[in-house]
Formats: sequence, structure tokens, C-alpha cells
Amino acid sequence: MRTSADCVIIGGGVVGTAIAYYLAKRGMTDCVIVEADYLSSGATGRCGGGIRQQWSTEANTRLAIESVRLFAGLEDELDADIEFLQGGYLVLAYTEEDEEQFKKNVELQRGLGLDVQILSPADINEKVVPELNVEGVRMATYCAQDASANPFLTTQAYADAARRLGVSIELFTPVTKILTERGRVAGVETARGTIRAPLVVNAAGSHSVPIAATAGIDLPITPYRREILVTEPLERFFHPMIISFSFGIYFRQVKHGAVIGGYGDPAEPPGFNETSSLKFLRTMSWKLSHLMPRLNNVKVVRQWAGLYDMTPDAQPILGELDELPGFFQANGFSGHGFMICPKVAVLLAQAITGEEPDLDIERLSARRFTDGRITQDRSVV
Amino acid sequence: MKEDVVICRCEDITYGEIVDAVRGGLTTTEEIKRILRCGMGPCQGRTCSRLIVRIISQETGVPVAEVRFPVVRPPSRPVEIGVMAAGGPPDGNPSGGEYDAD
Repeated sequence: MRTSADCVIIGGGVVGTAIAYYLAKRGMTDCVIVEADYLSSGATGRCGGGIRQQWSTEANTRLAIESVRLFAGLEDELDADIEFLQGGYLVLAYTEEDEEQFKKNVELQRGLGLDVQILSPADINEKVVPELNVEGVRMATYCAQDASANPFLTTQAYADAARRLGVSIELFTPVTKILTERGRVAGVETARGTIRAPLVVNAAGSHSVPIAATAGIDLPITPYRREILVTEPLERFFHPMIISFSFGIYFRQVKHGAVIGGYGDPAEPPGFNETSSLKFLRTMSWKLSHLMPRLNNVKVVRQWAGLYDMTPDAQPILGELDELPGFFQANGFSGHGFMICPKVAVLLAQAITGEEPDLDIERLSARRFTDGRITQDRSVV
Repeated sequence: MKEDVVICRCEDITYGEIVDAVRGGLTTTEEIKRILRCGMGPCQGRTCSRLIVRIISQETGVPVAEVRFPVVRPPSRPVEIGVMAAGGPPDGNPSGGEYDAD
């Protein structure tokens, strides 16, 4: 293992590997990724793989549009199959509040160039998903360019491309301490030795909190379990990711044919719990059976859980910390890290190498929690 | 010849593909599962896991006893959605609430 580097990235999820790749692409090839377990063993590898551009604030919509643009070119750029599919996102409204908010969202999204349609329940069945039970659905928004990809393959592709450019990846290497010297970050101490570096990126999801705490830094991130399941494979019968904030569900059919999906239980207590529950299996089965009756005869083969690293405004913490120069954060993605990862990673690589980021990430710096500039996005799920 | 022997019958993954993965740096059953899908099919690794552990051991020199098995996840056997859905949602409330994921 190297004992020094220009930059150490903590976390071998999609965010850490992507940052390493974009840093190396900019010429900063002397980087080391340190991962406590294996690649995409944390939140990345447990997520549903959706890539949505339909947000309710301009800043988040722009970030998502740019990420889809990067995702669309990623298989060529990284020379790997990541199962990228622009199958669209169908967002179902069940309440009046949903409906009012969605109309505002669509106006904003169209203003930014996104092709979003408003569909009546009949339109949903005629144009997008014939077999969806639209009982109780008031309307839906649909963006055919929204997408999905395989989180494992995406992370592996970024990691392999980063390695080809000279980046080292140390798996099974938990970080035990952030090193500081004269008020700056100085590297990391790991279970396998010390790596000195003037730049350290904390991209460890919920585990970013205990890691930052070793330098006396308190990140406003709370872990929450989120559960998910997958069925046996079926011949493709629908294309979009189908989600609803008010009904509480997201599900899609992956390339391999399986249906994968979950929902968040608002009663879930905070904590590092990654076990599976019978309550989830029963509730999720009921939701799928209600929305897609043909799934009644389809078998669930596996369920699992992962952690959302929730911040107070459900938006990530990005950029250098004022209290510890050289220590960058890329965490607190609050359940939507995979979908915005490519652009976020580019912006961080720009910030780390001293370039001017080409989209505003200052609004997502940790500073917002102390100077009260928090803006809520109503499409955070 | 040996390269073409199917190790994971659910996902049609051969001995050769697994050896290539291990030589390419995927040295645990969890990593091989995530990239090649062995253990993600209906049998959930009950057939192939032990074989994969042996291949990893053979290729890396790590004793079989020290090669980690993949985490076993519920349900213990595939179960129909209609069976689990019968009786409605357990808490009587189909809505998961406001911050439901994707």
C-alpha cells in the first residue's frame, strides 16, 4: 500500500470511484481509494439504480440533467456495459397536493429543456404502462429520458477506468482516523497503515459521520434503513421506473428482467440497521400486487436493506470544510446519490483541482447549515 | 473444456468466467455475485456458493475455511407476491409516507 498520495478518497462506492476517475482524468493520478469492505458494498450496491431528472428546484433539476447527459456517454467513455437504459420515470399523483406540486414542477422542468408530459390515468395505460392499476391515481408526470443503470457495474466501470489512469484501490481497508497537522488535513490512518495526503475526500455514506468525528467534525447526517426486494426475472412488460411520493413506492424492471423496488417506512428509527424485515416484505408485496396485479404469481427471490445518509434538507454535503482545509465531503446524499453521481463527481474533481466548478456547488457546502441558507426540494423522496 | 462447465445454474455462469473474475481482482464471493450475478437467481447461491469458494481458494491460495460466504438473505425460498400480499398491508396503511425512495 502507498504511504503517501496527492489525494485519498475514502469510500469505494459510486461517488468515491467516480471522483477518483474524474480527478485522474484531470491529471491528478496519484490518488488512492480506501474502502472498508469491497466496491459498492455500502449504499451504492443496495440502491434501486434509478436516474431521475424530475425535481422541483432549478438547481437540482440542472444537476440531474447534466448527470443523465454524462451517464448516456459513460459506456463509451469507460468502455464498459453499465446497463444504462432510458426507460423513463412515471411519477404518480394520488392527492391534490401532489397534483398542484407536479404542475409547478413540470413548468420549471420544461423551462430547463426537459421533455416532461402530464398524463391522465387513461393516458398512462394507453401510452406508457398498459398493465398498471390506475385506481385512485389523479394524474402522472412522465419523462421518457429519465433512466436507470446497474450500480455495481457503474462503480466497477469507474474503478477500472480510474485504475487504468494510475489510481490505486485498497479494498478491505477501513479508515480509523483522519490525520491533521497545523489546522489542515494530513492524510488517513487505516487498519493497514497510514497514507499521508494533503487532500482527503470523505465519500463513505453514513460511515462518513464516525470518520469525520475522528477529526472532531460533526456532520449533520443521520442513517436510516431503507429496504428493497427483487423478483425472479420476467420478459420485459414495462419500461419506466414507477414512483409515487404519496402512495410510497418505487419499482422498475431491470435489464435482466427482474422487478426491483421498495418504499421508505416513515416510522423507521435512525441507526445503522441493515437487516431485512417481514413487515417490509408483506407491505411491499401488497403495494406491488395492488399496482401490478400480474405480479401476484411472480416470486420474490431476495430482499435486503441499505442506509440512507439523511441530511436536514435531504441534499448532499459537498466541498471543502472551512474548519479543516483539504478535507472534502461528498456524503449525505439522502437516497439519491447514484442518480446525481456523475455530475457531482465532476464538480468535486473541479473543486479539488482548483478549477471553477461549472455548476454551483457552494449551495451544497456544509456552510448552509450554519448560515441558514437551506432550500427544500419537494421532490426529495 | 473445463472452462465451459456451468457453476451457477440459475444465471448460467461458467467455471471460466469465475476464474477470470478472480484473476481480475474479484476475490470474494460477494464481489463475484455483484458483477457476475452468481447467487442472485432462484437458488440464491445454494448450489454454486461452495463451488465458488473452492475456486477462489484454488486461485488465491487462501484456505477454503477463510473464504467468506455470501450473506444469506430472506426469504429462505422464493415466495409469490400474491401470497405475501394476502391480508393487506400489515399496518393497514398502504402509504409509506412522504419521503419514499427511489
